[in-house]
Amino acid sequence: MIETLVFYMFAIICVASGVLVVTARNPVNSVLFLILAFFNAGGLFVLAGAEFIAMLLIIVYVGAVAVLFMFVVMMLDVTVTELKQGFTKYLPIGLLVTVIFAVEVLGATVAWHMAPEAAANIQAATPAADAVSNTSALGKIIYTNYAYLFQAAGLVLLVAMIGAIVLTHRKRRDSKKQVIAKQLARKASEAVELKKVETGRGI
Amino acid sequence: MAEIGLAHYLAVGAILFATGMFGIFLNRKNVIVILMSIELLLLAVNVNMVAFSVELGDLVGQVFTLFILTVAAAEAAIGLAILVVFFRNRGSIAVEDINSMKG
Repeated sequence: MIETLVFYMFAIICVASGVLVVTARNPVNSVLFLILAFFNAGGLFVLAGAEFIAMLLIIVYVGAVAVLFMFVVMMLDVTVTELKQGFTKYLPIGLLVTVIFAVEVLGATVAWHMAPEAAANIQAATPAADAVSNTSALGKIIYTNYAYLFQAAGLVLLVAMIGAIVLTHRKRRDSKKQVIAKQLARKASEAVELKKVETGRGI
Repeated sequence: MAEIGLAHYLAVGAILFATGMFGIFLNRKNVIVILMSIELLLLAVNVNMVAFSVELGDLVGQVFTLFILTVAAAEAAIGLAILVVFFRNRGSIAVEDINSMKG
């Protein structure tokens, strides 16, 4: 009973804040509602028994991605009013497509029932929750069967990091930076010139 | 999960996905909100993956949720970097202005 109530609380807040993300007037509010949506999705995952994914969602999304969004929203100097132009222009077609899509997918999920052969295709059965925690059970799979995919995921993150740095980095012309290689490449013959100065004449 | 059932989770995922789609339709002047809508779509996919993983008792669904999360984070980082560079060059983040490669 209490589980059902908590589920509906998380689900309703998650969906409502999702709607507010896309309709909020100010992008800063959108980011804050995105954080709320992710928190409540994390609650749903805890309720389903996937604690590790829930904690990951909160650490990665709320801690990193949402903060990144917040940085960019505050860095870009855009006026709020011009962002919402054409909002009503695209509202009818957007609403139409969305409602059709939602009704179709909801119809499919309500009519869903698992094929009897599905139980035979399980790759890694979940161990009993009181014997092994969700986190250690996941770790035992990730670091053995899915080790290469795990490495590939790390590589994706590395490439994304390097790409983001390369894209946004720019050379500043007004700052004078020390270039060690240039300093070491100088020779005494190029840097210093000795001149014989005659007395009373100057150069 | 035992008390609530698979269909409820799938319904939340479906509605979240539809909301993300709606956001892409609606915000034609603001690429940041479109990126947030894409995050919502990926979150809906994750809800579905976790729901099926728990329902079937198969942990692989949660492993793949982890990989989706990784790709989503990478996509957000690259997308926002591109957005910052675009804003630096054009002074706008409207989708309609991103047409200089149309030829």
